[in-house]
Amino acid sequence: MDPVVLVEAAVKKPVFGCRMCGQCVLHSTGMTCPMTCPKTLRNGPCGGVRPDGHCEVKPEMRCVWVKAVERAPRTPWAHELADLRPPVDNRLWGTSSWRNLLTGRDKRTPAGWRVPA
Amino acid sequence: MSRLSDAVEAGRFVVTAELLSVDSGGLDAVHEKFAPYEGYVDAVNATDNTAAHAHASALAVAIALRRLGMEPVMQLVCRDRNRLALEADIAGAALHGIENLCCLTGDDVTAGDEPEARRVFDLDSIQLLALARGMGEGRYLSGRTIDPAPRLFLGAVENPGAPPYDHRVERALKKVRAGARFLQLQVCFERERLEAFMREAVAQGLASQAALIPSICLARTPAALCYMDERVPGISVPADLIERAERAADGEAECFEIACELADHARSLPGVAGLHLISFRREAGIARLCARLGIPPRAERETRGDSRPVAV
Repeated sequence: MDPVVLVEAAVKKPVFGCRMCGQCVLHSTGMTCPMTCPKTLRNGPCGGVRPDGHCEVKPEMRCVWVKAVERAPRTPWAHELADLRPPVDNRLWGTSSWRNLLTGRDKRTPAGWRVPA
Repeated sequence: MSRLSDAVEAGRFVVTAELLSVDSGGLDAVHEKFAPYEGYVDAVNATDNTAAHAHASALAVAIALRRLGMEPVMQLVCRDRNRLALEADIAGAALHGIENLCCLTGDDVTAGDEPEARRVFDLDSIQLLALARGMGEGRYLSGRTIDPAPRLFLGAVENPGAPPYDHRVERALKKVRAGARFLQLQVCFERERLEAFMREAVAQGLASQAALIPSICLARTPAALCYMDERVPGISVPADLIERAERAADGEAECFEIACELADHARSLPGVAGLHLISFRREAGIARLCARLGIPPRAERETRGDSRPVAV
């Protein structure tokens, strides 16, 4: 197994509940991981958020996006919250997002995806 | 050009309705569901497994609507299909002349009667909009050409009544960036929430970039209001409204009054382009509500070209 994957998982799983999607956007969403959303929504909250700000699917969990919207302004990447994030590349699950960031692999989108972030 | 896009572009007041889900009974079953309000609406939504319950597919129902002379808005939710299946349905819909698409995230499988199902969410609603826009420009997500490009008129949903409230207009703007030209707003029983959303929508330019269409739900009974408050994700019904309906001598009549008041309030807000009407087993109520509010039938709206319905 890739030692970088092991280190990344060891660091990010306990802290952020990282799912190892291999295309990390954590910094742009207030350091809350959108892949922990039961619907894995990367572009904002669904319409089912409960009045107390908790998740439609897991009532015990605060909505990932409620947290993201709260926390993002306090990060240096606040302006990236509104980015239009492309669909997940499902081939990257279980790979290291650090490596994919360095190689630019995580920025590769399908040819038909022509939406400016 | 679809009738809905014509109305939106001309700035005419738009009326859409949600078709009750269909399970069987052929085209007659589809027709009887919209016949009572046929003359009032610009288009009717063919829903996509509403509340995570299986029904006749949105594509099949949208085709049925067209065959019956009604313009469909085909809903697409991200819960049940991956991107390939969604692209296939969009291309298939366009093949049948279905232009209006409404792209939603979708309730979770746990909200339905088959909670053990696998949830898909390969795309989110915003990515789905962007994908559909690409198809309208003549290409699949892969970049492969579609020639001729299908004619599409894209929309989505936003919920003014769910947290994070201050973020909802920003999210709606993102949907516009992804391709949405109309937004059917989720049913919102809390007037002040809808007001706040519309105020921001006008201030941030959302209302001038997309037709904002609040939904009004015609609940039949006070118990239905309770049910929505407790069980429908993203919808809250204020306690005083439920109490009012429960205390009334005629609960059903009071529910209709409440719907009329909410509809009248919603259409009075600056930036509102129309209404989306949802009735549960009360299709005749939609026509009654339109008549009550002085919303002229569609043919009259088209010939007169008025941008606002005549006030009562």
